[in-house]
Amino acid sequence: MTPRARTVDPAVEAGSVPADAGPVPVEASAPRPSADASGPSDRADHRAGHPIGLAAEGVSLGYDGRRIVEDLSLRLPAGRITAIVGPNACGKSTLLRGLARLHPLEAGRVTLDGQDVGRMPRRELARRLGVLPQSSVAPDGVRVADLVGRGRYPHQGWFGRHSSGDDLAVAEALEATGMAELADRPIDELSGGQRQRVWIAMVLAQQPEVMLLDEPTTYLDLAHQLELLDLLTALNRERGTTIVMVLHELNLAARYADHLVVMSGGRVVAEGEPARVLDRDTVHGAFGLSAEVIDDPVSGGPLIVPIGRFHSAPVVTERNAGSESTLG
Amino acid sequence: MTAVGVRPGRAEASPGVGRLHEVRRRRRRRGLAVVLVVAALGLAVALVAASLGAAAVSPDRVLAVLLGQGEKVERFVVLELRLPRIVAALVVGWAFGLAGSVFQAVLRNPLASPDILGISSGASLGAVWAMLGLGLAGIWVTGFAFAGGLLVAVIIWAVAWRQGLHGIRFVLVGVGLAYVCGSAVSWLLARGDVRQAQQALHWTVGSVADVRGDDLAGLLLGVAVMSLVVALASRMLAVLALGDDHASSLGARAHAGRVVLLAAAVGLVAVAAAIAGPIAFVALIAPAIARRLVGGGGAALLAAAVVGGVLTLSADVVGQFAIPGLMAPVGIVTGLIGAPYLLWLLARTERTRA
Repeated sequence: MTPRARTVDPAVEAGSVPADAGPVPVEASAPRPSADASGPSDRADHRAGHPIGLAAEGVSLGYDGRRIVEDLSLRLPAGRITAIVGPNACGKSTLLRGLARLHPLEAGRVTLDGQDVGRMPRRELARRLGVLPQSSVAPDGVRVADLVGRGRYPHQGWFGRHSSGDDLAVAEALEATGMAELADRPIDELSGGQRQRVWIAMVLAQQPEVMLLDEPTTYLDLAHQLELLDLLTALNRERGTTIVMVLHELNLAARYADHLVVMSGGRVVAEGEPARVLDRDTVHGAFGLSAEVIDDPVSGGPLIVPIGRFHSAPVVTERNAGSESTLG
Repeated sequence: MTAVGVRPGRAEASPGVGRLHEVRRRRRRRGLAVVLVVAALGLAVALVAASLGAAAVSPDRVLAVLLGQGEKVERFVVLELRLPRIVAALVVGWAFGLAGSVFQAVLRNPLASPDILGISSGASLGAVWAMLGLGLAGIWVTGFAFAGGLLVAVIIWAVAWRQGLHGIRFVLVGVGLAYVCGSAVSWLLARGDVRQAQQALHWTVGSVADVRGDDLAGLLLGVAVMSLVVALASRMLAVLALGDDHASSLGARAHAGRVVLLAAAVGLVAVAAAIAGPIAFVALIAPAIARRLVGGGGAALLAAAVVGGVLTLSADVVGQFAIPGLMAPVGIVTGLIGAPYLLWLLARTERTRA
């Protein structure tokens, strides 16, 4: 294993971005209208001069000799919200686990600000990269404050004494997720939505630069899905935390993501700003789903309206007129 | 008893932090109160245990003996005959209770205690084989007990852990192995020259009746060392209890931590079982009682150890004196307490999984 030279732009260097993915449009994406002075990519700026963030370089992943993800390269822009979407078993969760170092890479490497994640000391990585896995089960009877406090593990010494810095981080995380009032409640007594907020608070208490979330909205009803995604957006806007999440619901992904990654069959088939990426062809190509893509009357972004077997009156919209989508 | 360190009051930065301190203080106070109350109960039971018996010594005389006074006969009865048994019950119970709570927390399953999983039986088998089969004594017996317990753990891992820790499958594999080990112990006892029913019971159900003063030093040392290992690794329990993914992403070496903790717990079981046999259900019940008393969803290691000790001593006292003329070994009494709890737990587990 010879250490490879650090690269400024791994995706370009690796040269294995799928041909149809197009250029990596980090800089191309429109600036957010309401980004305040201490903007989202502030933290990453401090560290590396300019945001690089998390990247996969020629990553292959698999289970028991079966390849799920093959030679995949991807840049996840720092300070942004990235959603990874794709049909079931397309490898999106496996990819997320690979990015989080929860699943061994069979080839390639994952870098954070150009640094090889696989070579980073565990605790250092845990201080920079927080992960919310797909299913989280808390021990019976554990209380909110206790669980959130466990997020401080990578910051603590051998005996796990809570320093004032730990307390502040936990209190902030509870405040940010609106769980401060329920700090002394057992997790079992909370609703599904509240429980998920507690887990997010735990990852927040870790104070990571990057948060990886694997289908954080699963099992939540629509109102709670929105509430959760609003919370993540607020964290991204206010703290500059880079958010990378696997999402099932295409329209929510289109609504909340600054950067959308569409996967199919273990490969990235399209990535970029949702408005550019999501069109009829991409949706059909990735999901095998016939759909109309119209303007979201709320956000102005793309809205996917699926066509089933029994409802197929196509509405021609501006968006579907050409193969290249137009920007609203 | 060492005083709880009074830490200098820190300026509380925000109302959130203040509330957090309050919550944590309340938790810690409750944990401490549980340990103190149970320990006091244990001392009372110990006093009773030291005064009851063929030659009754009143509790005040027991105290006098402990303070270095008393007549020669009293001193002999209390210090030579009864104290080793009392200490053994407390320490063995401590070991089982602590080992049980480590197993249950690391494996995230209230059923996964070393007695149910056959670790205790494996350790007993190792001890009996070393003594009767190979004619060994002392540290070798403990060593073989450790090997026996470890072997059972490795077999369970090889057969069942791959299918996941949460299912009931690996518990069933352990239950099966416990039967195999129990049968092997019975076979060794039948083949060997063990004619006394009491001694056979010692190794099949567990007993502290025959513990002599000489055995205690090794027991105490072994339990102290293993408890220290558990204490040092216990910080990791808080994150291991969240599952492998969370533990790893919080920067813990989940696999290594689990191996260290479980090995130390097997060590505790081995040291205890080498002296007292596989005392049933203490490792299963003591942690459950401790968790219930302390609350808050933690592993409650210290409380589990203390509850284990007091539970074992109390069971031994009950076994000796509850039915006049019948000396039941401690393992029979704990079995009587533990079996209903196990049934309840199984019924509840099935219901929550359904």
